[in-house]
Amino acid sequence: MATYNLNINGKSAQVDVDPATPLLWVLRDHLKLVGTKYGCGIAQCGACTVHIGDGAVRSCQIPVSSVGEQPITTIEGLSENGDHPVQQAWMEVDVYQCGYCQAGQIMQASALLKNNPNPSDEEIEATMSGNICRCGTYTRIRKAIRLAAEKSQNS
Amino acid sequence: MTLIRTKIGRRSFIKSSALAGGGLMLGFSWLAACKTEAEAEAILQMPDEWFEINGFLKIGDNGVVTIMSPNPEIGQNVKTSMPMIVAEELDVDWNNVIVEQAPLNTEVFTRQLAGGSQSIRQGWQSLRMAGATARQMLIGAAAQAWGVPAEVITTNAGQLKHEGSGKTAGYGEMAAAAVNVEVPEEVKLKEVSEFKIIGTSRKNVDGPKIVTGQPLYGLDYHEEGMLIAMIEHPPAFGMKLKSFDGEAVKAMPGIKDVFSMEVYPDDYTKIWSDATVFDELVVVVGTSTWEVMNAKKALKAQWEPFGEYKDAYEGREQVVPAGLENTTEHYNKLETMGAKLAKVVRKDGDPEAAFKNAAKVLERTYTCPYLAHNTMEPMNFFAHVTDNDAKLVGPIQTPEFMEKSVSQRLGLPLEKIDIQMTRQGGGFGRRLYGHFLVEAAVISKKMNAPVKLVYTREDDMSYGVYRPTYVATYKAAFDENNNLTAFHVRAGGIPESPIYENRFPAGAIDNYLAESWEVGSNISTGAFRAPRSNFIAGAEQAFLDEVAEEMGKDPIDMRLEWLGKAANNPVGEKNDYDASRYAGVLKLVKEKSNWSGDQSGQHRGVSAYYCHNSYVAQVLDMSMQSGKPVIDKVTCAIDCGIVVNPDAAVNMAEGGIVDGIGHAMYSEMTFKEGEPQQSNFDRYRLIRHNEAPKAIDVHFVENEIDPTGLGEPPFPPIMGAVANALYRATGQRHYHQPFMGERALKG
Repeated sequence: MATYNLNINGKSAQVDVDPATPLLWVLRDHLKLVGTKYGCGIAQCGACTVHIGDGAVRSCQIPVSSVGEQPITTIEGLSENGDHPVQQAWMEVDVYQCGYCQAGQIMQASALLKNNPNPSDEEIEATMSGNICRCGTYTRIRKAIRLAAEKSQNS
Repeated sequence: MTLIRTKIGRRSFIKSSALAGGGLMLGFSWLAACKTEAEAEAILQMPDEWFEINGFLKIGDNGVVTIMSPNPEIGQNVKTSMPMIVAEELDVDWNNVIVEQAPLNTEVFTRQLAGGSQSIRQGWQSLRMAGATARQMLIGAAAQAWGVPAEVITTNAGQLKHEGSGKTAGYGEMAAAAVNVEVPEEVKLKEVSEFKIIGTSRKNVDGPKIVTGQPLYGLDYHEEGMLIAMIEHPPAFGMKLKSFDGEAVKAMPGIKDVFSMEVYPDDYTKIWSDATVFDELVVVVGTSTWEVMNAKKALKAQWEPFGEYKDAYEGREQVVPAGLENTTEHYNKLETMGAKLAKVVRKDGDPEAAFKNAAKVLERTYTCPYLAHNTMEPMNFFAHVTDNDAKLVGPIQTPEFMEKSVSQRLGLPLEKIDIQMTRQGGGFGRRLYGHFLVEAAVISKKMNAPVKLVYTREDDMSYGVYRPTYVATYKAAFDENNNLTAFHVRAGGIPESPIYENRFPAGAIDNYLAESWEVGSNISTGAFRAPRSNFIAGAEQAFLDEVAEEMGKDPIDMRLEWLGKAANNPVGEKNDYDASRYAGVLKLVKEKSNWSGDQSGQHRGVSAYYCHNSYVAQVLDMSMQSGKPVIDKVTCAIDCGIVVNPDAAVNMAEGGIVDGIGHAMYSEMTFKEGEPQQSNFDRYRLIRHNEAPKAIDVHFVENEIDPTGLGEPPFPPIMGAVANALYRATGQRHYHQPFMGERALKG
């Protein structure tokens, strides 16, 4: 067991856990931030995607001991009022079916747009292909990302 | 005008203060996210009192309406569309509606089940009646208050009005009095032309919670003092627990207990939704998920093969054969057992003579593998069992059935079992089988504590209730002029046959023969989105493509010709489908896909199927890019009667299409010595973003027929469209799913 001071969604949080505990389970079990989902545990599905700094990472593969003071953003902290352009686009397109993978999809998409505000369809496909949607909402995800890109550029 | 006898019992009078129910915040956050804050506040002033008019709805004194969504939500969007139907007949403004997931209550609600694409179809009348009855009672209250006959009072968007006197009142003002109005014996339902909510697109009521990561799913559920439990199941089908040593594991950090559990003791009588062959498991319980996961990995358990036994199910005994099965043996059986075991299930005319006299016979065999459901949210359930009662919370498609199982297993009366439904991270049929509720309950009882049972992805995939493996051999006989003279299908599977002998093309062919067979296995199988149809549709539609080619006919025109015969001069008495509606979707897809026009660079496959009371036709456009098939577009036509929530219905169809393409092309579960060879997404291929169609174009046949199924029907036929497009793109026919798999590529 060891104590870690994490910087999550702009707030500091202290946890006392085994250093090998993946960030995913620290978020879900210890901090009750359950928006980040468990899907596979081996970085194959993307349901657990969060941001460390500006980059999207699979939180199931990040031991809590390796995070340090880097800022972590989860779906709960992506925006204050649920109005990030990607969240708005997701609601406007009504992307989801079961919805379980969508937090990961949104975190992946918002990191993409942060680093590449106007991605091509090929770039969207390449970036999003690590996130599985079992319900098959891929065409809507693509549409929502395009819409979010437009929203960001017009705002 | 439709008059219907009401079946809703006497309403109960419930006065509860605002925010007493935990679900109220749900509606608040939804509206808050959609409107400016001022607007939201104006609308969402929570009422001081709620008046429950019937089990489906309650009305606040300020006119806000809460509608209960009775059925499990697995992504089919019934949580939005079922309340829309109530709201329509109640005649309220949808923006004033809060939706809550109903509790399991079989006295108020019928068929609280997610399966068979039947939620809307079978809920249609009762949902409409619930709204219409409440509306009638509000009118009754106004009639008494104003001293005028009920017949002259009209409603609109939650407002009552008497034209003659100009009197008006909101529903909230009359709600208290409405509770005391006699429940009407007859109510008027709206004409389809009067619908204001049904047929208009409404956003998913859980959308704002989904995009902000609020707790919604079973895996998100938490109670104070809750422990985490995981199970270790036999590594292979055909094996059972021999022994285990839990001492070392028990000493690991955060671990509370390690024990073996008889989930289903010998004297337990299973029901269909228990469906499991792993009756004894090892359990690890601890305080956090990661610690329990680690302990589970360190657990040393010994397993041994079991001998054949009989499993007691309600009304029957199921023989569970011994043995450690292999996929290669399964395919050998699929190839050879049909000739020995097949039984005739339908015969029209004299197919034997027609085949004997044929100038030419076309024969093709199709197969498909086992599939795992792979819901993105793995199996899990919360249970808190005490000596007197049991509370269970989580994702389950069959709460009504599993309540019985938990009751029997714990020896508690049904009314002491409280099952609460969360939103579910996918279902696809897997959560029809709720052995994990029984497991969670037994663990909680043993621990005397609230427990959440969590399956790892590996558990979820390797402890499946899989889609069976199937085979179908089709034969068509032709005379010397290339006219079709007979049709024969022989289909079978392990452990069930995929045949639907009374579906098209039965009814369209004079000499028709259908045969069916099945052979047992100890691998647990069950319903997977559109059971049986999910294979036989693709096989049949690929075969029809070859028949059309053989006859030199356009594949759509040939189907329409056959359907014309089935409509005007049907063969046999028992044909399950309506040939004109079937033809309707083919005509619509022909028009919308510009079938007859120039599609240079595109290789097109068509397919159509009827299942779950609905009709779907699809045209799939494929191109070859760098030697790989790319799906550029799918055009889809659907006849499912009245469409309640059009954009959500389009979403459902898009999902079914993507799902069907994925499973036809990439997915399979294989076994070696009984052991599942895929246990996570590194080895089990699911369709990904870059493999999905670039565009999907969905059209609905417009009619006023009561709604039929939609969750499943778009899924089966697309597999045939993929096969037929692949042939045009590559010159090769594909007979074995997954089409991009090893077996298919070997031919």
